Amino acid sequence: MKNFSIAKRQINDVSVLDVSGELDAHTASQLENSLKSLIDDQRFRIVVNCSRLDYIASAGLGVFMAYIEDVRGLGGDIKLTNMNDRVYNVFDLLGFPTLYDILDDEKEAVEGF
Amino acid sequence: MTNGSNKYQLTVDSSTKHLAEVRDFVAEHAQSVGLSEKEISEIRLAVDEAYTNIIKHAYKNTPSRPVQIELGFDHSQLWISIMDQGESFKPDEYKAPDILKRIKNKQRGGMGVFLIQKLMDQVQYNRKGGINEIRMVKNL
Repeated sequence: MKNFSIAKRQINDVSVLDVSGELDAHTASQLENSLKSLIDDQRFRIVVNCSRLDYIASAGLGVFMAYIEDVRGLGGDIKLTNMNDRVYNVFDLLGFPTLYDILDDEKEAVEGF
Repeated sequence: MTNGSNKYQLTVDSSTKHLAEVRDFVAEHAQSVGLSEKEISEIRLAVDEAYTNIIKHAYKNTPSRPVQIELGFDHSQLWISIMDQGESFKPDEYKAPDILKRIKNKQRGGMGVFLIQKLMDQVQYNRKGGINEIRMVKNL
C-alpha cells in the first residue's frame, strides 16, 4: 500500500521526524517504532514535522499520547510542527493544543528546547 | 429510506490494511455529491474511526471477518452504514475521553466514538439478527 513514511534528521541535540502521507491504525506502528527507537537512544528532544502529513486518525494521536509522559519525565518533549489545517483540526477537536506544543514552524520548535 | 437514491456498497475484511481503500471509497462518492473538501475529510475520518473500532473492538483484531460499508444519498443527506458480525458496541456505557488523564496514564484509544459524534450530524447504533450497524449521516 501507499501511504506513510518517516525520515529522521538530527539538528544539534534535537531529533526531527519528518512524517509523510496518511497516519492511521495501520501505519501508526511505524511512528511508534521511530519514537521508541529515539527514546532507546536517549534522545528525548523530539520534533515531529507534519508538513507532508496529509491525514491523521485517532490511532496516530494515540501514539503521541502513549509516549509524551515518558519523554517529558526524562526532561524532553515531543513538539509537533507545520500541520495543515485538516490535520490540526483533528488535534483541536480532541483538545490537544492545550496539552502539546504545536507550532507553525520547525525552527521555532527546535530553538524552543 | 433512500427514496430511490443512489446507493453503493463495499465489503472488506477486518484488517487495518484496508483502511485507505475504505476512506477512498467514501471520499470518492462524497465528492460526487458535491460536498466541500472539509466535509469530505470529516466523513473520511468518521468512517476510518468506525471501521478501526470494528476491527479492534467488535472483532478484537481477528482478521478476515466481514465488514460491509454502504453509502447512499438523496437531496437532503448522505448516509453511511458500516456493518459487522462481532461484539456489539454499547453506546450507553461510553464516556467521552479525558485526554489529560489518559496521557498521564499512558493510555490511548477511546477517541474514535467521540470524533465520529463531532464529525457527523447523526450517529445511530443498531443491532439486528446478529448484525451490528453504525449509521452515520451528514446533512446536505
